[in-house]
Amino acid sequence: MENFTPISALLGGALIGVSVSLLLLLNGRMAGISGIMNGVFSAPKKEEIWRALFLIGLIIGAALFQFLTQGSLSVREGYPLWLIIIGGFLVGFGTRLGSGCTSGHGICGIANFSMRSISATLTFMASGMFTVFVLKYLVGVV
Amino acid sequence: MKTNLVALLAGVIFGLGLALSQMIDPNKVLNFLDVSGNWDPSLAFVMMGALAVTMVTFRFILKRETPVFESGFHVSKQTTINKPLIIGAAVFGIGWGMTGYCPGPAFASLGLLSMEGVLMVIAIYAGFFAERYLVRK
Repeated sequence: MENFTPISALLGGALIGVSVSLLLLLNGRMAGISGIMNGVFSAPKKEEIWRALFLIGLIIGAALFQFLTQGSLSVREGYPLWLIIIGGFLVGFGTRLGSGCTSGHGICGIANFSMRSISATLTFMASGMFTVFVLKYLVGVV
Repeated sequence: MKTNLVALLAGVIFGLGLALSQMIDPNKVLNFLDVSGNWDPSLAFVMMGALAVTMVTFRFILKRETPVFESGFHVSKQTTINKPLIIGAAVFGIGWGMTGYCPGPAFASLGLLSMEGVLMVIAIYAGFFAERYLVRK
């Protein structure tokens, strides 16, 4: 095991849980990020505004953390761009077809005891692990 | 107005959580998915941390008639485990494993001025639009 950081992972995860809970308690919305990203360009105007603000908040949150910790997070460079382009496309396509991503299925759906979300989460975890195995040990590209 | 402020605040807290947990770091995510190498189980702890909160809060929140500032809850009522769900999740997993980004960290990484993150977000939107025109048409 390398660079295992259980404490910051648990605390960061708890913050995500607080965010998801606030959005549900106050606005009645599930914080599924793929759905929010997609909805920015496809929902009626009033629906688009809160989504855009949530996404702007994501950027502010990350930037704020970087500022407060004086740049503790490194930004990856030099990763094969073709992997980003094709992989990004598959993330977009797959999360729409499968109605959610790590947040919508993995956190909101599981907390709602949805069998759909549990199945989806197990599926994308397994396919993500399989993909890394193939790319790293069979193809040797990353 | 109030709901918009809530959305902004929720986004900021979510972004802070992604950063603190380092889930925003795609290499950290790839180390989690790399179970046969130097496995880093941290990401499982991010999910546990989030679920420890939501498992409790959702019980109380969903007992309410309505949310505080809106007239109803927008919660999926779908229950069938069908092909699009599983195929979509599998395709998403492939993209996740290729990049180390799921949608949240990809968008939040714009706050770290990640050039790769910009490309990732554009590619995700291309996938959204492709799915809409190829599958939903």
